[in-house]
Amino acid sequence: MATAEEHKSSGIGKDVVVYLCILALAGLQFVIAYQSIDGSQMFVRMLIVAVLEAGLALLFFMHLSENRGLLWFVVIFTGFVLLAMQYGWTDSFRMSGGVPWAK
Amino acid sequence: MSHADTMGGHAGLMEKPTFSVPAKKMAMWLFIIADTATFAGCLVAYGFIRNATPAWPRPFHSIANVALMTFILVTSSLTMLIGVRAARTGDKSRALRWTFITAAAGILFALLHIREWLALINEGMTLFQNPWGTGLFGAAFFSITGLHLTHVTGGVIALIVVGIRYKGGRYNADDLEILGLYWHFVDMVWMFVVPLVYLLNLSH
Repeated sequence: MATAEEHKSSGIGKDVVVYLCILALAGLQFVIAYQSIDGSQMFVRMLIVAVLEAGLALLFFMHLSENRGLLWFVVIFTGFVLLAMQYGWTDSFRMSGGVPWAK
Repeated sequence: MSHADTMGGHAGLMEKPTFSVPAKKMAMWLFIIADTATFAGCLVAYGFIRNATPAWPRPFHSIANVALMTFILVTSSLTMLIGVRAARTGDKSRALRWTFITAAAGILFALLHIREWLALINEGMTLFQNPWGTGLFGAAFFSITGLHLTHVTGGVIALIVVGIRYKGGRYNADDLEILGLYWHFVDMVWMFVVPLVYLLNLSH
């Protein structure tokens, strides 16, 4: 049977691996910032990396991987709120293009 | 006779908590979901403004400071985890030590953040104007980073208070874990603030 000390050290080992993964992903964001690509591509790539980082933090640092019910509650509820906020993007593109009223 | 029969009309009171999560922890999760909406609202509004404004300012010349701040904040999440794990195994002094190390990392992060703000203010940036272009940049930058800095400051105060009360026996490992959830959330928000507010506004 594993002792409490063994459990503690194996848990910390997993935490350190996740921590290193998050650091590596954060570093990747900085690399993307210096790529010669257009702004929208850069935005999409950085956002994907940020979502991966947040996913790791949610699953392992905040232990959502250990509670499937709470995981779905948080993901569905938050996802709905975040998606609802995207409703106004078309307006920002219209303002940026100045069409049709700004001409 | 089953346990439910013996409880009679009080059986409902003995039901398991929602998602098998204690009430205090569930309250923190609900706060985190609500706070996610707050930050998302700010970042999405910033995105609308940035997208709709031609020649958006790109004032950041170096990533050194923001990289260091990111490293400190992500590392503080690890130190918080170590503290909570120590508290779970009953190692009180180790738990307290790592909780205070986390608080110290939070203070260092806040100081670096303030130093960066002061540098930008010295270059002529205020809430409503800056030398590089639209005044909206200052409003967006200070609002988003200020909201995050407020969360870090609140977290540091909470870490110190909960740490002291944990030492005195008023709080336990569960309370440290709940505070840890908040601290990881603050770290998570920074993962979105860095690319959107800093890295997309680097001057190449």
